[in-house]
Amino acid sequence: MKSVNPQQSGDDLHRDWIPLLELSTREVFELMINSHLSVLEKPMEPEGPNITSMVGLAGRLCGVLSVRCQEKAAALMASKMLGVELDKVGPEIADALGEVCNMVAGNFKNKISGMGDGCMLSPPSVIMGNDYSVHSTADTPSLEVGLMFENMPLLVSLQIHS
Amino acid sequence: MDAIRALIVDDSSVMRKIVDRSLRQAGVNLSQVFEAGDGGEALSVLEENQVDLILCDINMPVMDGLEFIKRLSTMENAKAIPVVMVTTEGGEAHVVEALSCGARGYIRKPFTAEQLKELVIPILAGKP
Repeated sequence: MKSVNPQQSGDDLHRDWIPLLELSTREVFELMINSHLSVLEKPMEPEGPNITSMVGLAGRLCGVLSVRCQEKAAALMASKMLGVELDKVGPEIADALGEVCNMVAGNFKNKISGMGDGCMLSPPSVIMGNDYSVHSTADTPSLEVGLMFENMPLLVSLQIHS
Repeated sequence: MDAIRALIVDDSSVMRKIVDRSLRQAGVNLSQVFEAGDGGEALSVLEENQVDLILCDINMPVMDGLEFIKRLSTMENAKAIPVVMVTTEGGEAHVVEALSCGARGYIRKPFTAEQLKELVIPILAGKP
């Protein structure tokens, strides 16, 4: 994925949201996927993430929350969520990653005072592949959280329209 | 506990499966599970089938969960069915609106089977 906006690690105004974003992500994986995420310690592999789920936020908080990973990671999420063997997972991969993104977004906004009711979520959209560009009107640097899911990278980012 | 028939309403088929599995893990004896991808589909299911419990998302295309329970409350053959909202929308206003529309319970995603059990079992036992 490419973005026309230079990505930084969050502006001062929203920097304290980064731990909430990480906590929201960890809770979703622990409660719904029974998986403990670890910190992303090494740079992304050259192949990088090739599946992205996005949920739009509108209202008191406007922006886009995205979850990016490799397709094999999304397949493993679907396998764990459905309780089926990995080789039995098919088109549910996109649905699973979309629902993960939806839950992370919902969990995150519910942790911020006044956002539970003041911010609506769009249905998730899922993009397969990594050769795309995002043209966002976000006017602040995105908040980024890098984690590892079963030794595979998982990137959560929140672009905020102030 | 007697076996019950449940209707799970969510636009995510993966989430419907998770709710189904969580109900079973919670000790709910399910004799039959119906699924619907939105409120409109759920109403269609209820026209032809009887269920004992409905678990319903809020944010769905076509007909959302709040509109669904409003319509449900006007159906003589279905308005007494307990509805539990299972949703990412966790704001107090959403909870209040859902409960005022007739929902019997409200659980936020992500959730555990234990949390679902604590909510659903008393409802199935007929406790307020």
